[in-house]
Amino acid sequence: MDSEIGALIVIFTEFYYWATIPLMFLIHVGFCMYEVGASRAKKHMHTLLKNTMLIPLVTITFIFFGWWIYFAFPNGPFIYKGLGLIDAPSAVPWSELMGPHLGGPPVSDAITADDTAFWSRINGVFWAAFLLFSWTAASIVSGAVIERIRKTAFWILAIVLGSGTWIIDAAWGWHWDGWMVKLLGYHDAYASGVIHAVSGGFALGVLVVLGPRLAKFALDGTPRDIRPHNPWMVCVGLFLIYTGFWGFYVACNVPIIAAGDIGAQGAVFTATTIYLTPTTLSGITVNFLMSLSGGLMMGYMVSKGDAFWTYSGGLAGVITASAGNDLYYPYQALIIGAIGTWIAYKMHFWVENRFKIDDAVGAVAVHGYAGFWGLVIAGFVLWGHPSSGFEGYASISPWGQFAGAIIMFWVLGFIPAWIVSKILQGAGVLRIPKEIEILGLDFGSMEEHAVRDREVAETELQHAS
Amino acid sequence: MSTTPVETWATDLGQVGPIYPWVGAEGIMFIAAVVLWLAWHFWQVKFESDTYREEKEKHASRENLEKQAAGETYLHH
Repeated sequence: MDSEIGALIVIFTEFYYWATIPLMFLIHVGFCMYEVGASRAKKHMHTLLKNTMLIPLVTITFIFFGWWIYFAFPNGPFIYKGLGLIDAPSAVPWSELMGPHLGGPPVSDAITADDTAFWSRINGVFWAAFLLFSWTAASIVSGAVIERIRKTAFWILAIVLGSGTWIIDAAWGWHWDGWMVKLLGYHDAYASGVIHAVSGGFALGVLVVLGPRLAKFALDGTPRDIRPHNPWMVCVGLFLIYTGFWGFYVACNVPIIAAGDIGAQGAVFTATTIYLTPTTLSGITVNFLMSLSGGLMMGYMVSKGDAFWTYSGGLAGVITASAGNDLYYPYQALIIGAIGTWIAYKMHFWVENRFKIDDAVGAVAVHGYAGFWGLVIAGFVLWGHPSSGFEGYASISPWGQFAGAIIMFWVLGFIPAWIVSKILQGAGVLRIPKEIEILGLDFGSMEEHAVRDREVAETELQHAS
Repeated sequence: MSTTPVETWATDLGQVGPIYPWVGAEGIMFIAAVVLWLAWHFWQVKFESDTYREEKEKHASRENLEKQAAGETYLHH
């Protein structure tokens, strides 16, 4: 902050990221509402607590190791030219830059005066913005597994995804210096893959091991429609997720940076994506709304007016177009959003019937399949566009995006989830006992409440007599 | 005397670094937080297993299971 313009840029950037946090908080509120709305009586509080308690657990593990992974893993390690971990002293969990710091000379020898001058007012808000993505990733999985997973298992899986695999994929493919960007030209501006495909793949990996809710399939394998106890609450929850998505989109940008700092020329400033490639907040705002519209229209049409799938369609539309919403023309965003929603809807029911997968809220479809195909579509529509302003990076291509989609959904999503779920299953802590699933996960506490209610009623009668 | 590195604000702010208490003890505080995190998980695993075992012993009779499967919300209602 050695000049007035420099000070303004730093303070604006600090406030910019801070403002995304409460908006993204609404994503979690929305997820909780729609999960609880989708669960049946006697299972509400278990469902709510399962999702809520991922907040502290992912938060503390994200400060323990998630943040460091993002800065240390862009080379793989050892995937890009055999290079190992990158030194990231500002992001280690004992760094002085994790606390309030005014940017003066460092106390620790591990960091430099340049580190403190640059990161002191940005590190915390940037960390928090990424952390809210971590919550979202874990929350996506939470909905798919309702009514039968143990909280113990879910919270461990939430940490593996929220502070582990998603942030590895961010270091690889959502970092200006990530190996996937350099070698594959991977482009995923608003996280079709790095959040949604990886979380959808992760959810599928858990579901394969966890199995369906007891009543989901008849003995002959015919799927049963387990209706949400409160469809209205489910839809408002999805509405809230749309609202929070604005914060998500904003947090994916660098709000202001000089052209000379991103490999460009000219005495101008611009907003950029996380890859430091130029875009505009104006352009992405239009594309967000257009892809939402395409998804809503297709969701309504393909589901023949089903409210849950119409709202889910809006979400799928945005998720599909997100990989390229920094660059699409509005009608491209509209049509891509509609196509992704159609694919997600059709694949959900095909997978459910073919493989007997019980994805209770369609999370694998809305996030996983839409995110996967959104990446692939971006490869064709943005074919040849530079993935970076710096020299030596591959340009965007269909094969680079397809390889990226495989890495996100399968390599960092499905496979780690399947392995960890198998370990948890082997330890006997993955699934709720069948008797408890039938009684209801809230049965014990409801039983206690019923006893207390009866005591209160008896006392009232005693007073009355 | 201050627990933070700041004794006065009448100084050049450009030379002020961390302003939290116990600067230099970040590693110890980190270890304490990790211990708290792991201890919580161990407690939680036991708590959840004990809860389900007790509920099964107390409530999982054939009659109760049939009532609940049939849609009764409260046993006592």
